[in-house]
Amino acid sequence: MCLGIPAKITEIYQQGSLKMAKVDFGGVSKEICLEYVPEAQVGDYCLIHVGFAISLMDEEEAQETLKLIGEVAAIEDELAGQADSDEVH
Amino acid sequence: MKYIDEYRDPAKVHALLDEIRAAVTRPWVLMEICGGQTHAFLHHGLDEMLPPQLELVHGPGCPVCVTPLEQIDRALAIAARPEVIFTSYGDMLRVPGSTRDLFAVRAAGGDVRVVYSPLEAVALAEAHPDRQVVFFAIGFETTAPANAMAVLQARQKGLKNFSVLVSHVRVPPAMEAILGSPSNRVQAFLAAGHVCAVMGYHEYPPIAEKYRVPVVVTGFEPVDLLRGALAAVRQLEVGRFEVENAYERAVTFEGNRPAQAVIERVFQPVDRKWRGIGVIPQSGWGLRPEFAEFDAETRFAVGEISTQESPLCIAGEILQGLKKPLQCSAYGKQCTPQTPLGAPMVSAEGACAAYFRYHKGAQA
Ligand code: SF4
Repeated sequence: MCLGIPAKITEIYQQGSLKMAKVDFGGVSKEICLEYVPEAQVGDYCLIHVGFAISLMDEEEAQETLKLIGEVAAIEDELAGQADSDEVH
Repeated sequence: MKYIDEYRDPAKVHALLDEIRAAVTRPWVLMEICGGQTHAFLHHGLDEMLPPQLELVHGPGCPVCVTPLEQIDRALAIAARPEVIFTSYGDMLRVPGSTRDLFAVRAAGGDVRVVYSPLEAVALAEAHPDRQVVFFAIGFETTAPANAMAVLQARQKGLKNFSVLVSHVRVPPAMEAILGSPSNRVQAFLAAGHVCAVMGYHEYPPIAEKYRVPVVVTGFEPVDLLRGALAAVRQLEVGRFEVENAYERAVTFEGNRPAQAVIERVFQPVDRKWRGIGVIPQSGWGLRPEFAEFDAETRFAVGEISTQESPLCIAGEILQGLKKPLQCSAYGKQCTPQTPLGAPMVSAEGACAAYFRYHKGAQA
């Protein structure tokens, strides 16, 4: 129940008093309620729980997170590379 | 899939594991609160890749597991009534009450239906004015905004045939109950990312301060889980106890304000019994008096029910991180996902069920 998965918004519309959306979960389409992230636009990714978007994914933060790990990994690779070459020579 | 694949990248996972290995000098006990995270740790085999000094204990964050037996029995009693259409999230159907489960009620002719969203239950009530539609409103802070909105919609539509059987639980009081226990082993928390997507993490600094434990908001993919563990370990190693956010793309300090506002409008904090743990003060949400007309417990007069848990089950100790599933003598023998004796075996997100699924320990 609690494995919220980010889904892409493909369509936004009004249904009665509620703001609703169609979202795509990697190929599966679902109707969800958008009342809690009214600022979301078509193309945005949201975290969905039991038919409601509860959070809009922050693309910049996502990139930042991945970049940070990438950098550390790159430095470590470099260090490992140096260590290897130390052994060889 | 975007926001999934890049957080499962093996190179990044290994880089983080290296960093964790480099950071750990002593044994530490971390608790991931959310059952979804327990499941993810085991599913990706991360529990076995972490350095042996790091012990993960599994928290009470599986809403299906902690829904008390009495509440399941109430659901069964209501669902068996001929005028009722009983609606529930799918995971609740096979959770056994004292004598049977919702599937059995359905097999015996009860009208039990699975809904994906509580709004579907509201739509059913509109479509069937001659029937009573009851929704089993369980869950943590993640499902509360949805369940509260369903009640508001029912009010707005003037529905007299819709009600909710509420069993909502909140994470912060459970963290305090765990930390306040004299036998507590937890030294740092990986806070449940999706609960924080709704609630933010402004509730945690007083807890971190009072009990001197680091709290790191953590997501669900391997990279997220390891970043959470790394941040917690770094704090523990230098004696810090702060609240950090390692799930920045989905969680802000304040959380989702519109969702919090609707929760507050419909629900108020109440004492709540947790299956396997017992009553934790102010640890749940119940309907505010203004919404009492939507309370299924009073509508169907199922208040007084008492139950007995299996004496073999050590769920209380497991849900508080005092013991692990393999320490239970019934695990894999009398107790399996097909014949669960207790809370953590009843749902895929329960710790015992996750261990069983990923083949931990000897199985009968
Ligand atoms: S294995 Fe079964 S009986 Fe043992 S603690 Fe887990 S749920 Fe309870």
